[in-house]
Amino acid sequence: MATFGQNVEATIPALRRYARALTRDSDIADDLVQDTLVRALRSEHLFHGGEIRSWLYTILTNLNRNRLRSLARRPTLSPLEDNDAPDSAGPEGGGRDIERALATLVEDQRNALLLVVLEGLSYREVAEVQGVPIGTVMSRLARARVQIKNYLDGERPALRRVK
Amino acid sequence: MIERDSPVTEEELHAYVDGELPADRQEAVAAWLAAHPDHATLVAGWRAQADSIRARYGAVASEPVPERLKLAQVLRQGRSAGRRWLAYAAAASVAAFLIGGTAGWVARGASAAAPSNFDAITADALEAYKLYVVEVRHPVEVPGSERTHMTQWLSKRLDSELRIPDLQSIGLKLVGGRLLPGPTGAAAFYMYEGASGERFTIYCAKAATPETALRFKEGQRFAAFYWVDDKVAYAVSGPADRDRLEQVAKTVYEQVDKTGARKS
Repeated sequence: MATFGQNVEATIPALRRYARALTRDSDIADDLVQDTLVRALRSEHLFHGGEIRSWLYTILTNLNRNRLRSLARRPTLSPLEDNDAPDSAGPEGGGRDIERALATLVEDQRNALLLVVLEGLSYREVAEVQGVPIGTVMSRLARARVQIKNYLDGERPALRRVK
Repeated sequence: MIERDSPVTEEELHAYVDGELPADRQEAVAAWLAAHPDHATLVAGWRAQADSIRARYGAVASEPVPERLKLAQVLRQGRSAGRRWLAYAAAASVAAFLIGGTAGWVARGASAAAPSNFDAITADALEAYKLYVVEVRHPVEVPGSERTHMTQWLSKRLDSELRIPDLQSIGLKLVGGRLLPGPTGAAAFYMYEGASGERFTIYCAKAATPETALRFKEGQRFAAFYWVDDKVAYAVSGPADRDRLEQVAKTVYEQVDKTGARKS
């Protein structure tokens, strides 16, 4: 049987993928993953079996929410934030469009969509990660897809609606 | 979008795309889509979105995991001569857990829910560095000669037992300190100077996050190491010479960590 550590380790590549898509910045993404791992190792006593993967996605999702909130409170970026433009540009032309489209999504919708289509989580798992009923996950997905379609179709991004 | 009495709901279409539809409904939905080209186009569009997302980010999971994110590294950070010295405590608690660990987990992500003001603190620290490091006449409010007074004053204002690191052993003299407005209250700011006039600063503020790993940020002229330990965020800033800054940060870390160790 795999140990806790082995299970966590096996999830790291997927966590990096999810974080990259969430933040669209490889440095910030890896920082998020690093903090997630530190949290996970420290909170290990809170974990008594079950889906380690969902648990790690939950921690990462929450840490990213905190990050976005503190950025929102303080829009100035760190002056030392040298960006990594070459990396974030992406090789394929279509990549930029979907990247920008994702950026227009409300956070909860983006999280739900990425967890389902990129990370392959089930609706039930996403509901656990987001701490909401499955129906809410489904409506977030539906709205995310409408928004992305509108964006890619060249419509003006819809105003973000606060629930 | 879909008429009320339709045999297929929009929710089912999403579930169909995401492989969440019960087996007995899959065929029915597929047949319905064959007869409803508009909705088939819509569904194809959702699939294309998913494909683009996977095409854009999927490969990240195949990249080699950077050293700093390897679990052994996260666990070993304290011992290595590398960049991070935290996690002794984490490693210890993990060892304890690896021995135990069973059935049913609770409080999922609870510890991750604490709000973080880390980004704001770091930004403030760097602004303070850039602002005061060029100041020749009044870089500090309290001179380094009044270390004891400064320690008491700043500890009181931050409501946290601070320790002003002594960096003489690596050739840095305490110029002094000042109180600054931080993102969530007072912040303490110390400045040190080396023999050739190079300046390093330490910025401390209370953080909502109990602890983070050590981070490094580098700009063209400045760089910083920053971390949170025992609910206090530290940012050590200086000229962009990583080796020297790392030496300074490590010395600072070792000294302030004693405070943390004593408390906990």
